[in-house]
Amino acid sequence: MQYLLLIYDPEKEWAAMPEAERNQMFDDYMTFTNDIKASGHHKGGDALQPTHTATTVRVRDGKTSVTDGPFAETREQLGGFYLIEAKDLDEATKIAARIPSAKFGSIEVRPIMTFT
Amino acid sequence: MQSAAAIEAVFRSERARVLATTIRVSHGDFDLAEEAVQEAFAAAIARWPTEGTPDEPRGWLVSVARNKAIDAIRRRVKLREIVADEPAGDAAAATELVAVPDDRLRLIYTCCHPALATEAQIALTLRTLGGLTTEEIARAFLTSAVTMAQRLVRAKTKIKAAGIPYEVPEASQLPERTGAVMAVVYLIFNEGYAATAGDAWIRRDLCREAIRLGRLVAELTGDPEARGLLALMLLHDSRRDARTDDRGDLVLLEDQDRARWDHAQIAEALALVPIALRGGAGPYSVQAAIAALHASAPRSADTDWRQIARLFDELARRQPSPIVALNRAVAIAMWQGPEAGLGLIDQLAGELGDYHLWHAARADLLRRLGRRREAAAAYRAALDHVGSSPERRFLESRLAEVEAQPPAV
Repeated sequence: MQYLLLIYDPEKEWAAMPEAERNQMFDDYMTFTNDIKASGHHKGGDALQPTHTATTVRVRDGKTSVTDGPFAETREQLGGFYLIEAKDLDEATKIAARIPSAKFGSIEVRPIMTFT
Repeated sequence: MQSAAAIEAVFRSERARVLATTIRVSHGDFDLAEEAVQEAFAAAIARWPTEGTPDEPRGWLVSVARNKAIDAIRRRVKLREIVADEPAGDAAAATELVAVPDDRLRLIYTCCHPALATEAQIALTLRTLGGLTTEEIARAFLTSAVTMAQRLVRAKTKIKAAGIPYEVPEASQLPERTGAVMAVVYLIFNEGYAATAGDAWIRRDLCREAIRLGRLVAELTGDPEARGLLALMLLHDSRRDARTDDRGDLVLLEDQDRARWDHAQIAEALALVPIALRGGAGPYSVQAAIAALHASAPRSADTDWRQIARLFDELARRQPSPIVALNRAVAIAMWQGPEAGLGLIDQLAGELGDYHLWHAARADLLRRLGRRREAAAAYRAALDHVGSSPERRFLESRLAEVEAQPPAV
């Protein structure tokens, strides 16, 4: 089964991190990504630029509105994602728990829709 | 053994096991398995009265349900190699299926998976492992049958869509997952025990169901804490015929007619407590030990409050909470006198100021100390916070008592 792991963490904490700690986080991410590639679970994934670079698009009654910022203000913000292949939810959650941001953020585990 | 009642009895005792195995052979599809089991039961009702009940009713039901499940899978998806691998069922294959490690373990752990909301865990456990219908569960939890049916549908959808595996958790996860199962069982028990509203008959049924599930969990997992939980529930439940009087009013533990306690159940529980304590003495086991001390006192005055207070020390270490602290204070009051307990209770004012039992405990100790005016104030505060009628009536009668005599202070 395929799952999307959505990484939500507080951008404020990233910003407040001392440089050494931030570099350690990047290393941990690289290690994690390589590990799940090696194990065959990795199907995709990327880090996202922070929410101040976001733009939200809505079309209502044929009118397109383009506004600055993420779709909503939230305590934790979407910072990245992984698309993984896992045999079941337990395997997916074990992988999600290894994501470095899980220690201070939240990882949402969402099964990919299959159309039969 | 061909009467309808006898066949019903077989179904009741075998349903959970047959369902659990059929879910496994249906590769975790609850709905498909439930339909197959229904059809197998219908076939039994049609055939057993004339053909006679089979020697191995469970094997027969499992075999038939399994075949119906496979047929259903084939009808839904024509090209699936897993189905092609399954040989046609027969009695021998059915015996082999039945001899496999108990599928009810898979079922319990799946129903109580943390990815399901707690109320969904409770509903699914009662529906699949318990014998309760959707309507009975709805009545027990004071919701409509429609709401409960939707809850069950959503839970089964989540299992399928999110890929919750139909498996016993791996060893590293077992302690936590077993804890979750026990929490659900105890929630079910408490729903029945609290008996604050609704059908008294259903409430009694819930306690019995929880005890039955507790027995299953203890037996299948071998977890000592599961034995502790079972003992705890048996002990609470053993007092069911003494807890209320003819008018439905509350009878305190100290005033209960101990002859009306279920002593067979107490004996069973008392045998379990030492095993549970030796196996690690978790919170349920310690609570069971406390309940056991109450249950083994021939009269209220014989209660070993010192030992109970010590056990509350242990419980507070494992499960620190204001409620535990309150109960510990009451035990200390019973052991060392009301003054000792009152001081400890007053320390909890910040955390428990909205809890009617905190006020009631204070009131009781003040009453024992003869401080009637303060006791009356505390009973009034308790009444401000109380919910259920039996408790309300009790507090009102105590208030009337302390106000009846001229206050000493």
